[in-house]
Amino acid sequence: MNKPKEKESLVLPREYQPDEQKNRRYQKEHEQIFHKVNDTEHNGHYLFFKRFYKAAALVCCLTLILILLMEVSYLPPVGSPENPVNNEVSAKYIEDGLQDTGAVNIVTGMILDYRAFDTFGESNVLFIATCTVLILLRNDKKKGKDSARVQEKLDSFYEPKHDAILQAVSAVLVPIIVIFGIYVILNGHLSPGGGFSGGAIIGAGLILYLNAFGFEKTEKFFTEKTYKWVSFCSLTFYCLAKSYSFYTGAHHLESGIPLGTPGAILSSGLILPLNICVGLVVACTMYAFFALFRKGGF
Amino acid sequence: MAFVQNVPFFSIIISMFSGIISSVLPEKAARRLNSAVIILVGIMSGWLLIYMMNTGGSYTFMMGHFPAPWGNEIRAGALEAGMALVFSAIMLLCMWGGRKKLMEEVEITKHNIYYILVDLLLSSLLALIYTNDLFTAYVFVEINTISACGLIMIRQNGRTIEAAVRYMIMSLLGSGLLLMGICMLYDLTGHLLMSNIKDSVAAIMSAGTYHIPLIITIGLMTVGLAIKSALFPFHSWLPDAYGYSTVSSAAMLSSLVSKGYIFLLIKIFYRVIGFQTICATKIINVLFVFGLCGMVFGSVSAIWEKDIRRMIAFSSVAQIGYIYMGFGLGTTVGMVASIYHILAHAATKSLLFVSAIGLTDVSGGSRKISDLTGSGYRNKIAGVGFAVGSFSMVGIPMFAGFITKYLFAEAAVMHPSHKMLPTLIVLGVSTILNAIYFLKTFINIYVPAKAGEVKKKGYCKFTIRQQKLYTVTIILFIILNLILGLCSQSILRVITVGLNNFA
Repeated sequence: MNKPKEKESLVLPREYQPDEQKNRRYQKEHEQIFHKVNDTEHNGHYLFFKRFYKAAALVCCLTLILILLMEVSYLPPVGSPENPVNNEVSAKYIEDGLQDTGAVNIVTGMILDYRAFDTFGESNVLFIATCTVLILLRNDKKKGKDSARVQEKLDSFYEPKHDAILQAVSAVLVPIIVIFGIYVILNGHLSPGGGFSGGAIIGAGLILYLNAFGFEKTEKFFTEKTYKWVSFCSLTFYCLAKSYSFYTGAHHLESGIPLGTPGAILSSGLILPLNICVGLVVACTMYAFFALFRKGGF
Repeated sequence: MAFVQNVPFFSIIISMFSGIISSVLPEKAARRLNSAVIILVGIMSGWLLIYMMNTGGSYTFMMGHFPAPWGNEIRAGALEAGMALVFSAIMLLCMWGGRKKLMEEVEITKHNIYYILVDLLLSSLLALIYTNDLFTAYVFVEINTISACGLIMIRQNGRTIEAAVRYMIMSLLGSGLLLMGICMLYDLTGHLLMSNIKDSVAAIMSAGTYHIPLIITIGLMTVGLAIKSALFPFHSWLPDAYGYSTVSSAAMLSSLVSKGYIFLLIKIFYRVIGFQTICATKIINVLFVFGLCGMVFGSVSAIWEKDIRRMIAFSSVAQIGYIYMGFGLGTTVGMVASIYHILAHAATKSLLFVSAIGLTDVSGGSRKISDLTGSGYRNKIAGVGFAVGSFSMVGIPMFAGFITKYLFAEAAVMHPSHKMLPTLIVLGVSTILNAIYFLKTFINIYVPAKAGEVKKKGYCKFTIRQQKLYTVTIILFIILNLILGLCSQSILRVITVGLNNFA
């Protein structure tokens, strides 16, 4: 970063001036409507239902709480070895998990190998959640070349642009956060962690970078197209790889994917690439949510 | 293993994969892919249905290299294949019937998101139909909920956003209760696979330990799914969600989304808890009472309604009441009637939504029933479609609704205990109420409007040539309805064979 630009940004005037008069008028209108809607003095009907709903909600919630507490008191005691949960299912996961899946981290072995179909569903939940957020927030109408700049100007009223402290700190932190996220993803089958947590860490790093340096910088490497293709490629790979493994599994065929030596980074068959895919999807989704809330696009 | 047994797995994966691909496709390609996938799934399900009817049994399919209690598993039989076939047929027709409206009401840049939602909705419905594992069911319930929210709010105006928020809150409450139920069931039995849970539940019932938490757990799961499928006291989200969303969404929500949850509930009753155990608890009595209330109050609300879309939506409340009333009878005959009603209602309600939109289009976009006078002449095919739908709902012979009313009455008469009389009375009352609002609307659309008024309000006229796809859709809908109404014996055989395999 060159120095003169930074200096200039420090003395940058607040370019966005909200129209005080307009705001006051809106507020007044809003108050008028609010009073009209909540006119309890002349509208007995409304008053009755307002109280009735409050009371009914209270009664319902208390009843539900009571029922659930009662149920909990009847459930098997926590930690007792005779509990129904300690059966052959969990025993096999613990005893044969390493041998079957090649993953030292049993949890990863469970979610990405034993019950991979559920996890595929979960990653699709994320994907579809992004789609619905896109419907709500993506602004397709005013897509000029400098829409990013305009939105940033609007933002700069509340958040100082090019904050020197933030930039200096994030210049140190962002690489560390991203590297840590990559570490968590790649070691998902060896230690606690995996695609979901690692992806969330990388996403947090990207959001910090965006906050410090603005959209102009991030758009050099991350646009909506990047998001689209990265999530498409990872979900496609996930889908194809798992379909292959489901198909061979159901027909009792050998999948031919070597499990490797347990504990090595290149081991446990498909789990490592799948973790990478999940991580990419999660990181992109986090960043996409933030960008959409910030300016309705990337 | 015969190759046809791969069908459940293929249809789930293909529909999910098409959703993923649609994210990078342009609008037109995504649309074609969507239609192609639904048709493919339908054909494959038909193939599976024929195979299952010949063999008569059911089979499980391992999803991965690990057998059942450890890995995931799906299961297919005649009933599942039949459901998948009907659901995909109705979904295809809903998409075709609402395509023109979709173009008008939704921004063109967001169309491919719409097709992603529909593809994933299809996959989640298929997974709910075929799953043999409670947690898989929950994951796909989530996908179903989120995509349904997206379908409601893709037409962006204040009403649909409000409806989507309501739907989201109620639906998530239902999901939460279902998830709690699944967790507690896991705590009590130590399994997530349906067949293993059933064995453990039988052991619990005979041993007498954990009896109370088991009952509460069943209650939580039932209430959760009842909220999600809009059983009577939980129906407040329904009229807005069905009334204001774009027409293919409304048709799919009413005919497919709620039915997916009901089918899951049937699976839980039969394959997780066991039908005898469910009947021994008093939970079905609660369902019975609320089902009866829904049948009456849903129809009464529909009579008061002035808006045609909301009227059809309120009629859904009554029809969902019928289905739960059939569960509440607690006999196999009642259950068969309910499953038949799931199919009949799905086919009829989507037809009503799609044809109602044709009628409002030729009435200057007004949705008031009083403004629709004579619209059956201005848009002939929509008028015919609406007439067939109304007749089916009221229960006129030859159409699907007649068969289910007959089956419900038969189930009531054959019921051994005191539930016979209330069922028959409410069935009669509800049929009359149905007739009041549907035939009123039907007569209204076929009363010729005054020539001056038509000119004054600028009503247009649609001929069949101007709307070819729409016409084809309505005709196919009518044929589907007639098949359900006239070939009831073979469909009943599929349902009974399938239900026997469930137990």
